[in-house]
Amino acid sequence: MAKIIVVTSGKGGVGKTTSSAAIGTGLALKGKKTVIIDFDIGLRNLDLIMGCERRVVYDFVNVINGEANLKQTLIKDKRIENLFILPASQTRDKDALTKEGVERVLNELAKDFDFILCDSPAGIEAGAMMALYFADEAVVVTNPEVSSVRDSDRILGMLASKSRRAEQGLDAIKEHLLLTRYNPERVEKGEMLSVEDVKEILSIDLLGVIPESQAVLNASNSGQPVILDKDSDAGQAYLDTVDRLLGEKVPFRFLTVEKKGLLKRIFGG
Amino acid sequence: MSDQSLELKGSLFPLSVLSCADLSVSSLSQQLRQKLAQAPAFFYQAPIILNLADVQQAPDFHAIKQLFTELKLVLVGVCGASSELKQQAQQAGLAALQLAKDSKTAVTASSNTRQTAVVTSTVNVPMDSKIIEQTVRSGQQVYAKGADLIVKGTVGAGAEVIADGNIHIYGTLRGKAIAGAGGDSTKRIFCYNLQAELVSIAGNYWLSDSLQGDFWGKPACIKLQDDQLVLAELA
Ligand SMILES: Nc1ncnc2c1ncn2[C@@H]1O[C@H](COP(=O)(O)OP(=O)(O)OP(=O)(O)O)[C@@H](O)[C@H]1O
Ligand SMILES: [Mg+2]
Repeated sequence: MAKIIVVTSGKGGVGKTTSSAAIGTGLALKGKKTVIIDFDIGLRNLDLIMGCERRVVYDFVNVINGEANLKQTLIKDKRIENLFILPASQTRDKDALTKEGVERVLNELAKDFDFILCDSPAGIEAGAMMALYFADEAVVVTNPEVSSVRDSDRILGMLASKSRRAEQGLDAIKEHLLLTRYNPERVEKGEMLSVEDVKEILSIDLLGVIPESQAVLNASNSGQPVILDKDSDAGQAYLDTVDRLLGEKVPFRFLTVEKKGLLKRIFGG
Repeated sequence: MSDQSLELKGSLFPLSVLSCADLSVSSLSQQLRQKLAQAPAFFYQAPIILNLADVQQAPDFHAIKQLFTELKLVLVGVCGASSELKQQAQQAGLAALQLAKDSKTAVTASSNTRQTAVVTSTVNVPMDSKIIEQTVRSGQQVYAKGADLIVKGTVGAGAEVIADGNIHIYGTLRGKAIAGAGGDSTKRIFCYNLQAELVSIAGNYWLSDSLQGDFWGKPACIKLQDDQLVLAELA
């Protein structure tokens, strides 16, 4: 049975799409057949970050409306075996997604895939609710600042009350905290919340901590999920995150300020 | 068959108590119909106890039972009855109950006027506590109606917990807690870690500014004393 994982946050621009692309790619690298669905109807971001924007013919809404089938619509990643993208429509409005339609598509995908990743739009309106409704697990993407934490708390409340699992009285959605854009220097200066602060406020399990990194910007500019940049800090942090999602115990990295060595201090870096 | 298929347990329920000086069927019928017309849905099939505290002469219990059935009410028993009346009520298939001492007594028609009145009042029977197993998240609201509220987890910033009774929070209170919402000023708030946005008891409230100090971030109990909120250690 496929696992449906929603990548959600409440607040916008915290790194949901970046994380969906990285985690989806990472799962496929581990041999898991994975599809990433862009639920951000009207904006379309995932295909850019995945570098497949020029290969989009049909989209999620076409499939829901029966205008195209999944086989025609799914975009197979050119770099990695087992990885597929279901792109969002840029032209339709958000109400194009119906619960019945989404359920039908998810059921069909579930027959074939190990993991279905749902990249949620920001906010707590219909689109975000649709992305989380059928989830088995949730990756709650949070930046270490008060407003993002507050929105994550809000979304956690929705996961516990407005999801299919909640409504049908099934086991609760498994919740994971993914702290992104973490900047240990600013945490030390007291300008940002620490990992411990966020963990304490949200009281859910920590799945990963992704440092604030230039590598993420480089990656999205070149249409390469940052997890493929294996030498970068953010890439490594996402690799760790995927291992943890698959149940491995991996120590956390990039939580403290790196002490610059003498050479680095002289030559910069 | 095992014994477990049968279970007999004591429980408490809110019941309406009917007090009326004149229990003749004709008078009762007229007055009840008037009362019910004001809120037919509210009393539909409502279980009712007949208060016999001010009644000397035995009414016709069978006829009253029949009247109740006609009016879509359920007469379950009597209270405040003398031993003689009690016996007659029991013969008519009614339960004889004891009125709790602290219950709000009904405003019955005073004996020195001719006027009679039907007044129903709800006996205050303590209810179960409402228990929330998880964390109450931002944007969520929990209300324990007529009950205490127990939260095992944390109450997040932007979340609201409300109870007519006491509130117990075993995690951190970051949101709002409103105890004694029904106006009972003897109710209290207990929490394991006080960082609240607002606490209120029976309408008296404090914002987080007033909560800073010795108890901020610590276990605390909040109560109302001479119309003033008072913070105390949880010990
Ligand atoms: N770890 C990181 N370091 C530096 N920049 C990052 C990091 N993660 C994300 N960003 C940047 O933050 C911006 C928003 O990221 P992204 O689009 O993934 O967020 P989102 O939550 O999907 O946004 P939206 O709510 O609009 O869908 C992008 O410019 C991205 O490059
Ligand atoms: Mg996005």
